[in-house]
Amino acid sequence: MSETVKKFLYLNRRAPYGTIYAWESLEVVLIGAAFDQDVSLAFIDDGVYQLTKNQDTAAIGMKNFSPTYAALGDYEVKKIYVEKESLEERGLTLDDLQHLVWEDEDEDWAEKDSIHLVSRAEMAAVMEDSDVVFSF
Amino acid sequence: MSTLHTVNKSPFEKNSLDTCLGYVAGGSAVLLLEDGVYAALKGTSVEPKIKSALDSAKVYVLGPDLKARGFSEDRVIEGISVVDYAGFVDLAAENAKVQAWL
Repeated sequence: MSETVKKFLYLNRRAPYGTIYAWESLEVVLIGAAFDQDVSLAFIDDGVYQLTKNQDTAAIGMKNFSPTYAALGDYEVKKIYVEKESLEERGLTLDDLQHLVWEDEDEDWAEKDSIHLVSRAEMAAVMEDSDVVFSF
Repeated sequence: MSTLHTVNKSPFEKNSLDTCLGYVAGGSAVLLLEDGVYAALKGTSVEPKIKSALDSAKVYVLGPDLKARGFSEDRVIEGISVVDYAGFVDLAAENAKVQAWL
């Protein structure tokens, strides 16, 4: 059965925990990943805070969903774009974020980086290139 | 009469912090919590605003919300005090009233 594969872009602009957007986005991405579409994730503005490492929610009584981002590679979600300008405005670097990887079966399951650090102009091109944008 | 001002929104997304700081009287306290904790971090574009607020007011940040978001206390701007939930209660009790900037 041949179907048109569309390029889906999930656009994340909210910090985790303060609102439900980040978690809802992750849920939708994981559900959508089951449909074999071409999936990309974009993190701009406060969305970059979703990917920080060492999140520990024990004291606020909420579920820590940050470990789930590490599972995205297993769902063939390997295009994760993080905007440089958004990191800089927040005093962050890639070192503050989780190291997310996917395994390339064509290269003996070599681990490859999922996160791509892009400029605002490059992010605009990613958006322009997508067929459908889901905003969170 | 002193007031405890609370800010629970990200300074990058809402103007709650900006507006709050414009109304804080000398000797008052500002508590950053939930997504408001991002304003307490070093090296951000809002750091100058917090530093100038520290000249006249006491600024606090809720530790559990920092930790949840992946930031340790050493990332917090000098002069801001990290408090836990018991400290939040103490601040509410010490001040005559609490004004929330949603």
